[in-house]
Amino acid sequence: MTRRNVLLFVARHAVAIALSVMFLAPVVFLGLTSFMTSDQTLTSQLWPTSWHPENYAEAFAKAPLLRYLVNTLLYATLATGFMLLASVPAAYGLAKLRWRGRSVTMVAIVCMMMLPPQVTTVPLYLFWADAGLTGSLWPLILPMLAGDAFSIFLLRQFLVTIPDEYLDAARVDGAGEWRTLWKVVLPMARPGIAAAAMFQFFYAWNDYYGPLLYTSENEQNWTVSLGLASFRSMHHVEWHLVSAATMLTMIPVVVLFFFAQKAFVQGVTLTGVKG
Amino acid sequence: MSLPLTGGAGPSRTPSPRLTRLRRRLTPYIFVAPTLAGLALFLVYPLVSAVYFSFTRFNLIQAPEWVGLDNWRFLFEDDNVVRAAKNTLWLVVVMVPARMLGALLTALLLNQVRRARGVYRTLFYLPALAPPVAATLAFVLLLKPGTGPVNTALSALGVDDPPLWFNDPAWAKPSLVVLAMWGIGDLMMIFIAALLDVPAELHEAAALDGAGSWQRFRYVTLPSISPVLAFAAITGIIGTLQYFTQAAVAASVASGQVTGGGGISDTFGYPEGSTFTYPLWLYVVGFRYHVLGYANVLAVVLFVVSMTATVLLLRRFKEFTR
Repeated sequence: MTRRNVLLFVARHAVAIALSVMFLAPVVFLGLTSFMTSDQTLTSQLWPTSWHPENYAEAFAKAPLLRYLVNTLLYATLATGFMLLASVPAAYGLAKLRWRGRSVTMVAIVCMMMLPPQVTTVPLYLFWADAGLTGSLWPLILPMLAGDAFSIFLLRQFLVTIPDEYLDAARVDGAGEWRTLWKVVLPMARPGIAAAAMFQFFYAWNDYYGPLLYTSENEQNWTVSLGLASFRSMHHVEWHLVSAATMLTMIPVVVLFFFAQKAFVQGVTLTGVKG
Repeated sequence: MSLPLTGGAGPSRTPSPRLTRLRRRLTPYIFVAPTLAGLALFLVYPLVSAVYFSFTRFNLIQAPEWVGLDNWRFLFEDDNVVRAAKNTLWLVVVMVPARMLGALLTALLLNQVRRARGVYRTLFYLPALAPPVAATLAFVLLLKPGTGPVNTALSALGVDDPPLWFNDPAWAKPSLVVLAMWGIGDLMMIFIAALLDVPAELHEAAALDGAGSWQRFRYVTLPSISPVLAFAAITGIIGTLQYFTQAAVAASVASGQVTGGGGISDTFGYPEGSTFTYPLWLYVVGFRYHVLGYANVLAVVLFVVSMTATVLLLRRFKEFTR
């Protein structure tokens, strides 16, 4: 390495390390706070003077965190499953089959992606109220049986890259479209499907507006986002408990990302976003 | 083994060619049928009803009553909508470019770094995974005016009057921008992918012609990634027009009155309405005050603004979108 290259190497890593510290610091700080006493959270000390892992137990005792976690898991899992069930065939139809109305449908799906959820809030709320489902998470889960616009778009971009020759070969061998989809397309599209599933799962796990809208009156069906935002005591925010609960909310997402990151990154990279 | 659908399962089960053709024609529609139904139910129907409800007086209990343009007229007398729209516009103008610039710079940096690139990528991406409510709580704690670590550090560095962040009307929105910058990882990943696709030959050719690194960035890299930049700008603007969670949570927690249901309308916008965004006002009007006719006016306006922004941007980017 020349001297100039050495300097560049050091400079780049110095900046990258400094940025890493900035990106990680809030989480580390939150983690430290979750082990402090209530009194210490009101001081400016960063390191716990004594460690209190029982904060986590207390957070569970103070609020029905377990129920919130189960509700959130149910919402995220069902929404993701339903979404895949409908979005994968739809994306296949849009990417690989020729039919009248295909381009109009694509435009409608892009419109749907652009549509702010607040716009359709009132009519849809009334629709679900008529169906007697407000107060539950079903108004957020059931629509996924029709697929999700963003996921369909993402999956379509992915499926377009699969060469037609593979599909034609399957068809020549006498496979119908369902069989082609199941045996040929699905295995090849795994990274794209993983990416779409994770986006959907993260979205539902983190969703605040949806559960706030439909379940805020019914604490039985609150999700962790809702529970966290309203973690309270009579007089002030109990930061040590809030931090513990916050850490608990983040752990499942981070674990999921850790195990699926390869498929996820590959899926995101391959689908790209280029029009 | 083959399926009866394709006609290989013995003479008795072979469908007539006409039936086969019909089936083949119908298959695509079966694939997309749920989606088509969904588009009708969750796009067309709510849009049409939103427009209809915007001409009615409606409170969820009594049937909607036609009032003509009353709600629309009120839009021009509503101070809250002006304040909320201003806050939202401020966020669009500051947050979207800040996030794009931040994500682009980190992506460029990581593309230069060879060693430990994967570790950096994961570290930079992780905050984007943090649930918004959790991230917002962390930042309210981090930026606590008196005792938060950021202000403690600033004091140690000799800053006499560190900002009050979420508790100061002038600093509350910049604090939200800091929070948004923390989560640029998702955008950064997309930019990294785009940068990897820039043809290396173009760079080499430009370098041979004597182009410096800035010129190569300006005339080779930037045009190649412009479709991705357009995508980022459009989704960024749309997302910021819908900005709700972080503003709602930051305000209700920083105000210290953490109440049930994720915040009651009095705490929204704290301090002094500085974090009161347009979607918050829509939510309050519709689901706290139950004035649904007017909430739908606000919704229709939001839709028109989003669509206009998208169309204008797509046109603007057309000349250098591949």
